[in-house]
Amino acid sequence: MKLAAGFLIFSWAVTLNATDTGTALSGGATTAFDASRNAFTLSARNILPEHRTDFYVGDSFFNENWLAATPVHSERGGLGPLFVSRSCAACHVRGGRGETPDDNLPPETMVVRISVPGQGAYGGPKPDPIYGLQLQTHALPGYQPEAQVLAAYKELGGSFADGEKYYLRQPCFQVADFAYGPPQTNLVVSPLTAPAVIGLGLLEAVPESSLRARAEQNAHRTDGIAGKVNQVWDNTDKKFAIGRFGWKAEQPSVRQQCAAAFDGDMGLTTPVFPDENYTAAESTCTNAPNNGHPEVSEQIFRQVVLYARLLAVPVRRDVTNAMVLRGQKLFAQLNCAVCHAPELQTGDVPGFPELSQQTIHPYTDLLLHDMGEGLSDHRQVFAASGREWRTPPLWGIGLVGTVNGHNFFLHDGRARGMTEAILWHGGEAEHSKEQFRQLPPADRDALISFLKSL
Amino acid sequence: MKLKRGLLMLPVLLILPHAAVAAEAAGPAATDPQAAVVAHYADLMFAEYEDALAAARSLQTNIELFLDHPTADSLAAAKKSWIASRQSYSQTEVARFYDGPIEAVEGYINAWPIDQNYLDYTAGAPDSGIINDVSRFPHITRDVIVGANEREGEKTISTGFHAIEFLLWGQDLSAASPGQRSYTDYVESSDGPGRRAARRREYLRLLAQLLADDLQVVTIQWTPGQPNNYRARFLTQPATVALAKIISGVGNLSSSELMNERMLVPFATRSQENEQCCFSDTTHLDLIRNQMGVRDIFLGSYTRTDGSELAGPGLLALLQKSDAPLAATLQKQLAGALLAIQTIPQPFDQAILGDDTAPGRTAIKTALAALQAQNASIVQAAAALHLPLNLK
Repeated sequence: MKLAAGFLIFSWAVTLNATDTGTALSGGATTAFDASRNAFTLSARNILPEHRTDFYVGDSFFNENWLAATPVHSERGGLGPLFVSRSCAACHVRGGRGETPDDNLPPETMVVRISVPGQGAYGGPKPDPIYGLQLQTHALPGYQPEAQVLAAYKELGGSFADGEKYYLRQPCFQVADFAYGPPQTNLVVSPLTAPAVIGLGLLEAVPESSLRARAEQNAHRTDGIAGKVNQVWDNTDKKFAIGRFGWKAEQPSVRQQCAAAFDGDMGLTTPVFPDENYTAAESTCTNAPNNGHPEVSEQIFRQVVLYARLLAVPVRRDVTNAMVLRGQKLFAQLNCAVCHAPELQTGDVPGFPELSQQTIHPYTDLLLHDMGEGLSDHRQVFAASGREWRTPPLWGIGLVGTVNGHNFFLHDGRARGMTEAILWHGGEAEHSKEQFRQLPPADRDALISFLKSL
Repeated sequence: MKLKRGLLMLPVLLILPHAAVAAEAAGPAATDPQAAVVAHYADLMFAEYEDALAAARSLQTNIELFLDHPTADSLAAAKKSWIASRQSYSQTEVARFYDGPIEAVEGYINAWPIDQNYLDYTAGAPDSGIINDVSRFPHITRDVIVGANEREGEKTISTGFHAIEFLLWGQDLSAASPGQRSYTDYVESSDGPGRRAARRREYLRLLAQLLADDLQVVTIQWTPGQPNNYRARFLTQPATVALAKIISGVGNLSSSELMNERMLVPFATRSQENEQCCFSDTTHLDLIRNQMGVRDIFLGSYTRTDGSELAGPGLLALLQKSDAPLAATLQKQLAGALLAIQTIPQPFDQAILGDDTAPGRTAIKTALAALQAQNASIVQAAAALHLPLNLK
């Protein structure tokens, strides 16, 4: 592997030599050598020349605002009438993570999923009869947002084994001002932050067989760690498939993930989800201007999906630093690496040699794990119970602060930094968390240093 | 991180002694060639922003004149002033894409695309937009305009050059000409767009004021002789750190913005609304001035609005020392790409149409190829200068 000559990042010093480039190249040959605020905005470094135009067009439609439909057709039209944001990048800022609002403020880079107990179509979550599966907190002029959401938190205290105190922040978001009538009284509400969108094509390229094999290996463990695949509905192939994307692994492909976001978050119909996001009960919305069927053309949609597939993962930093190496060892010793799998192999992706046969270091197994009652959102999503979450990839996590200016982690961004995120782990990860709590401060720091190098 | 509008509330006086520029640049510059380039870059950016600010104030004046006496002539004068101001600003866009002071206000200055229906009436929607929505927005105020939408990552949809462009030109509904908004939109009448003339006047007046105020904030940050502004920090950081920012600005403008977003995307989609200045049909001027901005940072030379030239060591001066043949190649490419862009037939939204043998598309293709070669050389230049540069 040849590394770019003159590679030097000014905010940190990194030296890579032939022996340690392997694990530093988080995204295999797609890996980008960038630790700046643009680290999540680059194309796979091995992108084919014939994919460049599609990538750049996708980039434009990912980043720029969508517009209200007008009587004069616009390729960028069709927003709403109900929506969460006007562009993908409004929440996935510079390709990165959304943040949580302060107390008493509305979440702006999150979505609020809802459902009622029971099962909906194909075993998925059951929609509220009026508000569906997600609250749209914005609307075009002349239309009512579905509801208003405000953040609220409760502080919980705890201490490490050495006596050092810590505090955790338990969110309890308030939903009010339902505009289209009362929702079901047993409404389940789950606020979720926008995750970083790097490396999605690589995660999609991990063969189904290897995910099933990992789940199978988990089943033989005796320490309580038991990951499983989610089984979700593929709306294109009209069959069940392994879920890979979303906090509950509820989407089977990048294509369907993008379509779900266009529909649920921006009110834009696509070839995959041709119906608008409002329900029949929200009858005033049916008067809204429409940008055609679907509103996002097949070509633009395909280009945005290609963009999402080919966003590069940044290289690791400080991989030979002694503290980082010590943290890496602890990461394995504490069994973090069982679920946050350090290495996966991609298969062959027809038409995408960039993504094919890559050794990647995503720090996820893409499986669902019981994370305990403290993290439960009480919302069943196909096979995932409220307590079960897909292991989120950790690649790039050390750059979230640089890219997004915050360090809010976990599905609802409740953790204010990596230490709090670890301390929220429960369920299958209870033992690992407890071991972390027992570590002396120097070892905890080492573990965090390792995470920051990802 | 929210965009900080509070900055605008500071009472600010701009007194800009040109002598201070020369004095400051002469400091470390004399001994260290890298520091000399950094110092001269700061001078260039100050001069460019100062010109852009003056042009924006002139636009504001011409808009006020138009609003005081709306006629076809005063509208034409305001439009002319917008074009001049836009060109001046396009030149400065080389200072985007790093942590420069423009980043805090760029979303307000350069919001694109504009949601026309969010602002004012459009064909088939005579009552749409804030201007016509009296019940939701009883008064047109600065807060209404900027408060509409200010989440980071989501550019505002109601302010800046293109919002002003839309209010001056109107929708571009015709292939042969730009938008055809009449000055009578700004004259009170009992029916038609004139019903909301007062609100439209106030909106346009505030937009022009806001634009100039935002540019003033940026200009202050680049002003010499201030102990705590961006320029002061820019000059005291290690020269290699500053150079990395400089080349990140030119590289990203040349590649991500000029070549990809502004030329390739409309070329690939053949879609009029993907061009930058769709209301005024002046996209070609943006492209030309972006390229001149890139060229000028490499050459170290900028011709000011008043015709005077500000010359000094540019990035090419450094590159000549480490890789003279590459410097010569890049210098040729900078001129060649400018010529190729100038050769694209106008208006740009017509040039993107047709099959790939149409003269417009052939010309754009040639310009794209010229920019691609230029960008490859910029990446090589960064490597030769040991500066990090990753383009999308």
